[in-house]
Amino acid sequence: MAFLSEEKIKELAKKANEIRQSIIEMLVEAKSGHTAGPLGMADIFTLFYFHILRHDSKNPSWEERDRLVLSNGHIAPVLYAAMAHAGYFPVEELKTLRKFGTRLQGHPHREYLPYVENSSGPLGSGLSQAAGMALADRMNGKDKDRFIYCFLSDGELDEGNSWEAAMLAGKHKLRNLIAVVDRNNIQIEGMTEEIMPLEPLQSKWRAFNWHVIEVSGHDFLSLNEVVQEAQAIYEKPTVIIAHTIPGKGVSFMERNYKWHGKPPSKEEGAMALKELKDLRF
Amino acid sequence: MLNPKLKLNPKIFNEDVEQAHIRKGFGEGLLQAGEADKNVVGLCADLTESTGMNLFADKFPDRFVQVGVAEQNLATVASGLAAMGKIPFCSSYAMFSPGRNWEQIRTTITYNDRKVVIVGSHSGISVGADGGTHQALEDIALMRVMPNIDVVSPCDAIEAKKSTLALAKTKKPAYLRLVREKTPIITTEETPFEIGKAEIYWLPDAGLAQVGIIVTGGLMARALWAAKELEAEGTHPGQPGGIKTKVMNLASIKPIDADAVLALAKECKAIVTVEEHQIAGGMGSAVAELLAQNFPVPIEFVGVRDLFGQSGTPDELIEHYGMGKDSIKEAVRKVLKRKV
Repeated sequence: MAFLSEEKIKELAKKANEIRQSIIEMLVEAKSGHTAGPLGMADIFTLFYFHILRHDSKNPSWEERDRLVLSNGHIAPVLYAAMAHAGYFPVEELKTLRKFGTRLQGHPHREYLPYVENSSGPLGSGLSQAAGMALADRMNGKDKDRFIYCFLSDGELDEGNSWEAAMLAGKHKLRNLIAVVDRNNIQIEGMTEEIMPLEPLQSKWRAFNWHVIEVSGHDFLSLNEVVQEAQAIYEKPTVIIAHTIPGKGVSFMERNYKWHGKPPSKEEGAMALKELKDLRF
Repeated sequence: MLNPKLKLNPKIFNEDVEQAHIRKGFGEGLLQAGEADKNVVGLCADLTESTGMNLFADKFPDRFVQVGVAEQNLATVASGLAAMGKIPFCSSYAMFSPGRNWEQIRTTITYNDRKVVIVGSHSGISVGADGGTHQALEDIALMRVMPNIDVVSPCDAIEAKKSTLALAKTKKPAYLRLVREKTPIITTEETPFEIGKAEIYWLPDAGLAQVGIIVTGGLMARALWAAKELEAEGTHPGQPGGIKTKVMNLASIKPIDADAVLALAKECKAIVTVEEHQIAGGMGSAVAELLAQNFPVPIEFVGVRDLFGQSGTPDELIEHYGMGKDSIKEAVRKVLKRKV
């Protein structure tokens, strides 16, 4: 995973914009689904699928690949869009999201789309699965060969299961486990700090024996640097608390929790797409 | 008589029949499975010794994961290990796993199609003195209701060992149900065991059986005792021969041996099911679902009648909640009267 040149950053920004457009298009077509989270995580998914992850879209079951476990399955649109743009399946297929017979289930399911590492949706269980994978690599003496990444939402930190996983990873000093928390401060019914306060979030993770880094979730250069830092930490698992703007890239959706769980209408979608297409890189 | 083909323990009718913990059979089976396949791993939620996993944990400390009192983590970490090719067995008391972590088992193990064996020890009313909170009477229902899982409930320690070894080799997620108390040794090393296959443990010396008794788990000895007495007693004074029954061991509740259950129903035209579980949703329900669709016959259910348990000795509780030998005999007489 190399240094990011200015040229590469521009390329990533362009790719993230295409992915955001795909997210809007697929949600308009699906007429249901989550909008804010996927848009907010588009930059992180782009950086991982186009720079960080060791993977091969033409050989998805490549045994030596890094593993990316998505815990909060409801942001499936950004996962699907990133995977399609990375060449796992045709971008055209994104339009089948949530429709009968689709491989792109409302929440990811590996029976239908074997390229995803795990079926998910119910919150709070992804980090444990990722910890289990990291433990398996440890048992096999492979924990220096690859990384197990887990993307999770801040809202799902309300779940006890999330902290059970954090405790276990801290106990086993899973250096090969890197968690990325989408700190967008919203959940279905409002702001996380009103529904169930998570702060001081850094201290919580630290108390569970994790290395903690906070970063902007939209700055490719910093994000790339913190992932390198996480990979270099030897004695602990690392959590990257990535501050993202829900709805990022579409002015009328940004920071508005009402866009957490609903799709844009045809008209709203057209407005969003115009904004995204007008951006120059 | 005991089915001579199955090499069952002839001492089962002796008062001093040998008893052993079913979990001991699991512990030995897991150790053996671990020796045979290095991918077998064990996880436990702070109950290693009382679920019988200590044998494995002591022998293979690097392949044992102590997750602490955290059953949701138990199931989900196991799912992650399975994703990387491990064959995880995770044990706790049935009330906590699958009791507490049902959704995690559904989403991350069965829906995700990850081969994990959930081992629920201390199931049933015979948990005894700990009382109702610790007596899992709903776990068969919880597990068998979901797709992509096998449900196995062995009748003694030897069968528990065979079940464990068999489940280490299948591809599907599985639930292995164990009871806490020592139970009489019914089978021998030579008795056949196969997932998905039911066996007739007791049959009439000659002629057809009048009632089929289908049993799962630790109540098998009581069912055999009941069958023997019924054959000797008879329904009316002076009637020779008594009631002829066949007793089936349905250790594999899912997949259910439909052919064997149907054949028993066709022969007897009356069925009694026996299990240490709520009548609702348990093994008896699985039998009823099958028969109602294919060959309806009268059924009497021996099990817990929509109640929670309480403290007491295992024997007291089994009697009180109507699952003892006499209750089984009464159910047989009752179903015989309903026969058309």
